[in-house]
Amino acid sequence: MNVPKELRYTKEHEWVRVRGQEAEVGITDYAQGELGDVIFVELPAVGTRVSHMKPLGTIDAVKTVSDLFAPVSGEIVAVNTELKENPALVNQSPYERGWMVRIKMAALAETESLLSADGYEKVLGAIA
Amino acid sequence: MSFVGRSDAERRAMLECIGAKSIEELWGAIPADLMVRGALPVDPPLAEYEIARRFAEWGERNADANRYACFLGAGIYDHFIPAALRSLTARSEFATAYTPYQPEVSQGTLQAIFEYQSMICELTGMEVANASLYDGATACVEAAHLAAGATGRRIVLVSGGVHPHFREVLRTYASAGSFRVQEIPAERGATSAAAARKLLTPEVAALLWSQPSFEGIVEDGAALTDAAQGAGALSVAAADPVALALLKPPGHEGADIVVGEGQSMGVPMGYGGPLVGFFATRKSQIRRLPGRLAGATVDLDARRGYVLTLQTREQHIRRERATSNICTNQGLMALANAIHLALLGAGGMREVATQCLEKAHYLARRVSALPGVTLPHGDAPFFREFVIRLPGAASDFVRAAQAKRILAGVPLARFDRSRPRDLLVAVTEKRTREEMDGYVETLAEWSRGRAGSPLEEAACRS
Amino acid sequence: MPELTLRDLSVQGHRGPRLAPLDIPAEGVERLLPRERVRTEGPALPEISEPQVVRHFVNLSVLNHHIDRAIYPLGSCTMKYNPKLNDEVAQLQGLAAAHPLQPEELSQGAMAVIWELHGWLRAIMGMPAITTHPAAGAQCELTAILMARAYHGERGNPREEVIVPDSAHGTNPSTVNQVGYRVVTVPSGADGCVDIAALRRAVSEKTAALMLTNPNTLGIFERDVGEIARIAHGVGALLYLDGANLNAMVGLASPGAMEFDFAHINLHKTFSTPHGGGGPGGGVLCVREALEPFLPAPVLERAGDLYRWNHDRPRSVGRVHSYYGNFGILVRALCYLKSLGASGLAEVSREAILNANYLKARLRDAYEPSHPGYCMHEFVLSASRQKSRGVRALDLGKRLLDFGMHAPTTYFPLIVEEALMIEPTETETKASLDAFADALLAIDRETVEDPALVRNAPTRTPVRRLDEARAARNPAVTWRDLEAG
Ligand SMILES: Cc1ncc(COP(=O)(O)O)c(C=O)c1O
Repeated sequence: MNVPKELRYTKEHEWVRVRGQEAEVGITDYAQGELGDVIFVELPAVGTRVSHMKPLGTIDAVKTVSDLFAPVSGEIVAVNTELKENPALVNQSPYERGWMVRIKMAALAETESLLSADGYEKVLGAIA
Repeated sequence: MSFVGRSDAERRAMLECIGAKSIEELWGAIPADLMVRGALPVDPPLAEYEIARRFAEWGERNADANRYACFLGAGIYDHFIPAALRSLTARSEFATAYTPYQPEVSQGTLQAIFEYQSMICELTGMEVANASLYDGATACVEAAHLAAGATGRRIVLVSGGVHPHFREVLRTYASAGSFRVQEIPAERGATSAAAARKLLTPEVAALLWSQPSFEGIVEDGAALTDAAQGAGALSVAAADPVALALLKPPGHEGADIVVGEGQSMGVPMGYGGPLVGFFATRKSQIRRLPGRLAGATVDLDARRGYVLTLQTREQHIRRERATSNICTNQGLMALANAIHLALLGAGGMREVATQCLEKAHYLARRVSALPGVTLPHGDAPFFREFVIRLPGAASDFVRAAQAKRILAGVPLARFDRSRPRDLLVAVTEKRTREEMDGYVETLAEWSRGRAGSPLEEAACRS
Repeated sequence: MPELTLRDLSVQGHRGPRLAPLDIPAEGVERLLPRERVRTEGPALPEISEPQVVRHFVNLSVLNHHIDRAIYPLGSCTMKYNPKLNDEVAQLQGLAAAHPLQPEELSQGAMAVIWELHGWLRAIMGMPAITTHPAAGAQCELTAILMARAYHGERGNPREEVIVPDSAHGTNPSTVNQVGYRVVTVPSGADGCVDIAALRRAVSEKTAALMLTNPNTLGIFERDVGEIARIAHGVGALLYLDGANLNAMVGLASPGAMEFDFAHINLHKTFSTPHGGGGPGGGVLCVREALEPFLPAPVLERAGDLYRWNHDRPRSVGRVHSYYGNFGILVRALCYLKSLGASGLAEVSREAILNANYLKARLRDAYEPSHPGYCMHEFVLSASRQKSRGVRALDLGKRLLDFGMHAPTTYFPLIVEEALMIEPTETETKASLDAFADALLAIDRETVEDPALVRNAPTRTPVRRLDEARAARNPAVTWRDLEAG
């Protein structure tokens, strides 16, 4: 299971890449494996305000749907439009080309509550 | 009779394997006060031939299109159904299969659905059709839901030219609050694009119109679609598939959704059910499509095969967020539609439509030549059905015609009490010249002496 | 070889059955219709002769599994044998060729069929009022929740929520949402039944209704149904029975005695009407007296020897079907009931329960039952043990196809990991159940000895596993899509 050290995580299997004021968000390698082939990702429009741990989009696999939660509050400043044509990127490259949204954070302090890679690995350990 | 094959010895062996002393032990969880005491208060079993006799008696107490010349329409039509269709749809392999959730052993059903979807798209001029809905009325409801979801608006503007029962069902579902119905009164049996334009406010999600209209009139679909889309609403047509063999399909005129009742493609009238609703739209709306959808793909050996696809739209996966709550649909009727279209083909369907058109006009011309009988919609173009205005109560004429084994039409007073003299008459390819001439003669006889006389009180529902 | 499509089989100039020539002078389409309303390009329907159409569909049909071939143990679906007489009587011309709007005096036979069916079903359910307009179970649910809205609305407040157990079928929450209520989910307890304490916490004056499946989707009788009714009624909420599992209660237990306000029946499950590869079904909604005025219109009534449709129902939720529901299905169900009679009805559920318990007993050592003890007409196994060997419920189901049997329902109910939901029905013989159990036991051994074999199954079916991701990512849903590649 690939859990990059430099990222932060949520219990809901999202990863967060913090760059200054911005948080880039996607789902983890574990999450994509559990979902199976992703066929569609529904994401909010740029400019939408999202709040901490509220659903911001949905991810459809062949036989399941799951919510994507906002790991931090703020405003959507970018969405990965490539996923529209090629949702398989979520499976093939969950941490890079499969990113989903970038959020301009409203409260930087919220990142404190995110898990470290070690913390997330413990979460995965408890599931297995 | 119970269709259970079980000997006492088998029952004992089974209980022993289970480890139960008696069969009653198995349902010990049911509290005693909830149990049925004794036998149910229903009749004892009958043998097959006794049952068959009973149903035959019931059948004889109905009029049917074989013993009567049927000029009834209003959404259900007496069209030709080929014998091969009955034989194929009766096959156990189709009739006794469940929904094709295991595609490896359901390719027959799945490919048939795929072909049905393809042919519905050909008829309607659309890009994607689902695997069927309950009937034309609920197909309109699903279209209203799609339109409300796609536009974020709440009003569904419904033409008075749409089947009154479809409008009733829309109102029933609207009482849940997810959309609101507003009606445009029909003008001479059709939709006025000018009246529609006035009501097409920015809150309108969809304009629902019918091709042809309930009273048979061929609508100007292009004008209605332009009016709807000009106001940011979706154009939704409820279309008759037989008419679409001849008329310009709403899809070619830019409509966003085409729905309708598929009974006229190989489904018996069956006292109004089972029917089958079709639902076709653009690929851009595919994720909002209600119900099941078959799609082509390949198997592990790269052979073509079919599956139910985009299932995450549906209730069994998306649950409260599904696009529709439909589960069981009208699959076998959709199969009948597919077989019907395959048997009749392009040429056959066009001929059915053309004969309906010709015969309806023949009868309309002949009856309107009778003194006192008029066509209230004048020279508006119509397809297979038309309204005649009689010199007396339509229900009265219907009764008189009954005696001659003619089902003369549907009195419109049934839907609108202010129209006691109007009768809706449908003519399919199955009606012969002899039957039509008999109709004219019967009407001539009945109306003789009535022309100009005051109207007797009409019973509103026949 | 995959079967060609109709489009592939089409040959320009071929024709199927023909019409009689037009027996009146032709006017011509161009004289009867304005040119701009006429189709310029005909629909590209196939041109095929009748024998080829028949072969095509026969060749397709044999690719299907179906109940006349072998066991079809889909949990929650009640795939029982469909007696042939039912189909035969439904074809009678007086029933099949009757028009729904022909005068009532010429429809008395059809109306008598519906009336008599109502009588049988009311007796079975122990409930006083009924409609057979809904086309299927899901439409019964929708009708009932609309009725609940109207009922509460009359009392001044339509309320806001409907409670649904977490083991419920997807149509329940979906229906609730369509009727504009919020879904409140209550968990099941360790015993598989509704968690009564959680239910007490969930109900309030906001609760419009509670939807209960009994026996529930785990095949367990909700023993506390009396208490559940008291809790719902205590806050003025209505209690709905999702009757998809009625095959466990016919002639045995009475939904009326359980204080349900509404109950639905799926005629295509309990009362043997064929599933038709997805439908049509037949929906029956029974209600208690106080809800009768809200039933969909029109309502069938009898005055002396005459039946009539009463459209004058001011408190009705309105019409839910174009005419009177799936009449042909009602005919079949009544035919089935008359074949069974009181004595046959008494056997249905008893033997269905026996069959389920027998199968469960034969399988319980190899597969983990979701819950111990006796089940009603169906039961759920968890393939968790097999999963640890690298084989999932999905794979087990696929492997069964190689044995010429249908898979159980998989991954439902959602609350059981790797669920295999098995409903044999009463019409399977002991020999058939034994063959099915033997197959599943053999597959369990395969999961130890050769798990790859199970993961790669099926191999003996018309096609192998299909690429569902490809189908969903690039939907090809018509011939034209196929041609476009
Ligand atoms: C428990 C349960 N509820 C509701 C339904 C929906 O019934 P229908 O398919 O007749 O609409 C089903 C059918 O699969 C079911 O199993």
